[in-house]
Amino acid sequence: MSEQTTDKRVREASRRHFLQAGAALAGGSAVAGLGGSGALAESGNNLPPNVPEWMKAPGAPMGSQPYGAPSTYEKGVIKNISKTLPQYISASGRTPLQDLDGIITPNGLFYERHHGGVPTIDPAEHRLMLHGMVDRPLVFTMDDIRRFPSQSRIHFLECSGNPVYTKPYGKTASDLVGLLSCAEWTGVPLKTVLNEAGLQAGAKWIVAEGADAAALTRSIPIEKCLDDAMLVYSQNGERLRPQQGYPLRLLVPGFEGNMNVKWLRRLKVVAEPVYSREETSKYTDPMPDGTAREFTFYMEAKSIITRPSGGQKLTAKGFQEITGIAWSGHGKIKRVEVSVDDGESWQDATLQEPVLTRALTRFRLPWHWDGTPAVIQSRAIDETGYVQPTLAELVAVRGVNSFYHNNAIWPWRIDANGEVSNAQA
Amino acid sequence: MRRLDLKLALLVSAIAAVGFAAQAEERYGIGQPATQAEIAGWNIDIGRDGSNLPPGSGSVERGRVVFSEQCVACHGDNGQGGIGDRLVGGQGTLASAKPIRTVGSYWPYAPTLFDYIRRAMPQNAPQSLSNEDVYAVSAYILSLNGIVPQDAVLDAKSLAAIKMPNRDGFVSDPRPDVHDH
Ligand code: HEC
Repeated sequence: MSEQTTDKRVREASRRHFLQAGAALAGGSAVAGLGGSGALAESGNNLPPNVPEWMKAPGAPMGSQPYGAPSTYEKGVIKNISKTLPQYISASGRTPLQDLDGIITPNGLFYERHHGGVPTIDPAEHRLMLHGMVDRPLVFTMDDIRRFPSQSRIHFLECSGNPVYTKPYGKTASDLVGLLSCAEWTGVPLKTVLNEAGLQAGAKWIVAEGADAAALTRSIPIEKCLDDAMLVYSQNGERLRPQQGYPLRLLVPGFEGNMNVKWLRRLKVVAEPVYSREETSKYTDPMPDGTAREFTFYMEAKSIITRPSGGQKLTAKGFQEITGIAWSGHGKIKRVEVSVDDGESWQDATLQEPVLTRALTRFRLPWHWDGTPAVIQSRAIDETGYVQPTLAELVAVRGVNSFYHNNAIWPWRIDANGEVSNAQA
Repeated sequence: MRRLDLKLALLVSAIAAVGFAAQAEERYGIGQPATQAEIAGWNIDIGRDGSNLPPGSGSVERGRVVFSEQCVACHGDNGQGGIGDRLVGGQGTLASAKPIRTVGSYWPYAPTLFDYIRRAMPQNAPQSLSNEDVYAVSAYILSLNGIVPQDAVLDAKSLAAIKMPNRDGFVSDPRPDVHDH
């Protein structure tokens, strides 16, 4: 089935999931998940002046969770995965962006997209082969890779089909742009490893291949390989999760997610791209005149308000913090502007430090909601001066079938009851 | 402990080769030489010009059998699609309001079909088909799209010689393509 259909089904099912899980979210704050009011059982027994139950007996002993898990009260905060896909081998699952704070995505909630399922790879039997236009073709073990000087950097990863241009648009921030996450990655700069093999004259591209059942293959321009590309083995301090490419993945910061080849087993240095299925049949951007753009690598500047956002509910007038995330494949976020009057006027949001290159940046704007309907939205401006466009501006150039690289502004409508929904839907 | 193996001469040529003012970097002497046999076993990607296609050949006739045994469950009896992508039709629709993108209407290069089927299909058992059967089922899919005749037999040379209908349909990335406010 097509990716278009997959996405639509993912969105619909995730909305159903959200309605069920909403009760567990953000309970007690002035922004609640839809249906959240009164969902938390409040017997009163644990409230002042009474002594709470959990103070009257010892808690769980040390060792009851050798690998920690979130509180059982947070069990609704999970990946946004459709329950009705025809197959789950080539599929995606979204990060619940509206339930997260800060800029780092917990490893268990990092978005997933794979084309041949998630392989179980024994690191002792995993090898990286580096060959093609090099002086010394080499094979590396995982121990070899970890012997190289290491680096840690924080970068976002985003799928380029996030979201598509056609209706129905998603209900929640996760439905819309949940194929987006951010982590601290540790590994070795690719250029260090290339230097071991010695690039030959005419080397212009590197073909990266995964050790999964799709043997997923993408061509990466040599400029990127010698710039900030990394071979990564750890994510947020621990070894990569299987879903993120354990034991080794490629990271090409700011380039579309698919190019960050997981379960990396081979790098072949070549003079021209290989024109694999994943860079011809897919991950090319169709235009209204019947042509398609190829090698559209960069993820352009984008932002979204995550609170208040679709599916949530404002439960009180008065102070409301508006917060969200912004990011750009071209570098740092310079400014985020927020409008609370349906785009009439814009004000600068505060950016949370540190503002990092090709990483999520958290923004905030204090706001007083007067209880009347409002449309709120954010737009990102990156250090190149690029301004995040509206959906109408994008569609005017690309039409509605372009599928990839939709970085439009997504406004949220707040109605008089405080319910928040997608203003484009 | 790591072995610092500074080979400036090699490094300078590498830097000159790619035209970058990179700083001279140390070599660490990490990794084992890859043997020809190791490379041959893993080096499966096929260039758009058909480079690296293996010996062997396959007919449309044989491909029909492979397809009915191994592909129809997901791609439909006639490649019309199902759990897996539609593989047939759509020529002439790319500039319409409802473009249909398939091997026949959208793919720019025929050797990519061999490459992808060999590495990733059938989805439940990738890398299980013989090279002959990959040629055959590629020929069959191309025949369903009217790109090769019913009696075609494809090998490295004839597969590489095919000009796909949408060969010239791709343009480079012009972004940023939306003007600033
Ligand atoms: C178990 C289901 C299944 C079987 C069996 C299967 N496929 Fe697929 N096929 C898929 C899925 C799913 C995709 C899309 C994968 C993706 O996009 O990651 C696909 C994609 C393809 C594509 C790429 C289409 C495009 O336009 O990009 C080709 C070609 C293909 N299959 C050929 C075959 C052939 C030939 C066989 C038999 C030898 C086969 N498939 C057997 C499920 C299957």
